[in-house]
Amino acid sequence: MTAALSIQSIDMKFGEVRALHAVELEIEAGEFIVLLGPSGCGKTTLLSILGGFLQPTSGKVMIGGRDMTHVQPKDRPTTTMFQDYALFPHMSLIDNVGFGLRMRGVGRKERHRRAGELLALVGLPDAGHRRPHELSGGQRQRVALARALAVDPDVLLLDEPLGALDLKLRRQMQDELKAIQRRVGTTFIHVTHDQEEAMALADRIVVMNAGRIEDVGAPQHVYLQPRTLFSAAFMGEINRIDGQGTGEGLDTPLGRLPLAANGKTALLIRPEAIGGSGDLALGPAKLVDAAFFGTHHRCHYAPISAPELRIVAHLPQSAVPVEGSVSELYADHHVLIAEDR
Amino acid sequence: MTRAFAWIYLAVALGFIFLPVGMLVLFSFQDGRLPVPPFNGPSLRWYADVLGDRRLMSALGNSLIVAAVSSAIALLLGFLAAQALARYRLPGTLLMRVVLIAPFTVSYLIIALGLLTLYNRTGIGLSLWTAGVGHVVINLPLCFAILYAAIGDHHRNAERAARDLGASEVKVLALVTAPMLMPSMLAAFFLSFTFSWDEFIIAFLLTRFDVTLPVEIWSLLRSGLTPRANAVGSLVFLVSVSLLLLLELTVFRKVRR
Repeated sequence: MTAALSIQSIDMKFGEVRALHAVELEIEAGEFIVLLGPSGCGKTTLLSILGGFLQPTSGKVMIGGRDMTHVQPKDRPTTTMFQDYALFPHMSLIDNVGFGLRMRGVGRKERHRRAGELLALVGLPDAGHRRPHELSGGQRQRVALARALAVDPDVLLLDEPLGALDLKLRRQMQDELKAIQRRVGTTFIHVTHDQEEAMALADRIVVMNAGRIEDVGAPQHVYLQPRTLFSAAFMGEINRIDGQGTGEGLDTPLGRLPLAANGKTALLIRPEAIGGSGDLALGPAKLVDAAFFGTHHRCHYAPISAPELRIVAHLPQSAVPVEGSVSELYADHHVLIAEDR
Repeated sequence: MTRAFAWIYLAVALGFIFLPVGMLVLFSFQDGRLPVPPFNGPSLRWYADVLGDRRLMSALGNSLIVAAVSSAIALLLGFLAAQALARYRLPGTLLMRVVLIAPFTVSYLIIALGLLTLYNRTGIGLSLWTAGVGHVVINLPLCFAILYAAIGDHHRNAERAARDLGASEVKVLALVTAPMLMPSMLAAFFLSFTFSWDEFIIAFLLTRFDVTLPVEIWSLLRSGLTPRANAVGSLVFLVSVSLLLLLELTVFRKVRR
């Protein structure tokens, strides 16, 4: 099953601390949403409110058109996959996965059949008799996913489930998670602070900072057209050149650039958008240093017109950067963000 | 030199602790009327005598029942109190904890006298039940302390997951919390059981017609020393030791694993 979610002006206060500021978000049924932000941004608090573990100070949570704001976790059509998995150590895997069905009064036989199916879905067939302590971190995680999906929730909440895994396993689990979500069609809401993970998984990314939503959109959109400076910087490395818009152009340390802007404006360019060609000329710059990163050369440039400034560029593998050489730099993609955003 | 001294010290210390028990057990096999040297025997006649004594045997049965029931109640109450105080932030948590632990520090005599006064005032007649209540009073702090110390964050997370999957509070306690705490629960139960099993003062002051084994042994001793008392004492000791061994071999071994 699956359901749409509507988060309506949620405020959350812990004593004097305001963890969430009027958060508004509409989520469609079957979407894979990733809440992305640094620790303390309120993403886990929001997830706990959706799961029913916290009551918001004000605002409403609608799931499938029904007001769930004050409904207990056990009565919600949501389940959570916890950061530490929280498996039941005294139960076999089949009983762990079947626990939710047992609480719903499903008979033993049917429970075991369904739990077996789900263990197979997450790649652990024939492991039903084993105990959680016999499993590796990645396997426990799969069991936690199977357990949360076993009750066929409308919405699955995932609280940094990949945080404890090593990088290689994390990438593998991301692919599997995405594939499983496509198969079951449940609405997934996933919390993470890893922007690569967010891009790998999400239909839409929700960037959060200091209790507010900074940006919402498809990974490509949030990466290429960030709405705020925070969102731009959090989604990955970016060059920021501050300037003053005059109406006819943008006055920057690089000189006046032919960009339509008014007032204090930041020009943002991703490192991979800088190179020897493009529609925005940045003027001549000297290569300070370069390093080969496998997929690209990471280069630091000092513009001739502003030698104090450093511009990071990722040049293609085939480039031959020569330190100390001067070349004309161009950007083939850029974003302008007014300073007050 | 120091090594030899250490061994001697150990032997003396252990001897000091176990010699009285050893003598008790040895002279329970005495073939004669007095449990004093010289030792004649061994003979099992006093054990046959004890096992054939209906009053002693019914006292032994009473002791088992009182120990089992009072330990179970103390465990249940201690578990619920520990769970509540470990999980929820309640007003006056510290005070409640102190009040729960307090009976630990009060002598059994005072507890027994207090309960005796209460029973007299309220007109409740003395019985095995009233002694059992006394044993709950002394064992509740023990159960509470053991379980309170055992409850940790991973229990809290598992409980959260159970609630999330649709478990009611009662089911969370019965299917998740209690099984996860099983080693500590067994330890608390068996320790309570041995305390109740050996306890004399409270049982003496709070029972009347049906009595527990320690009280029966006491009345046995009043009629003079016989190897019979040694035989009963050895049986009591055997039960306590077996319980502790059982506990050590099952529960504590598991905990350490």
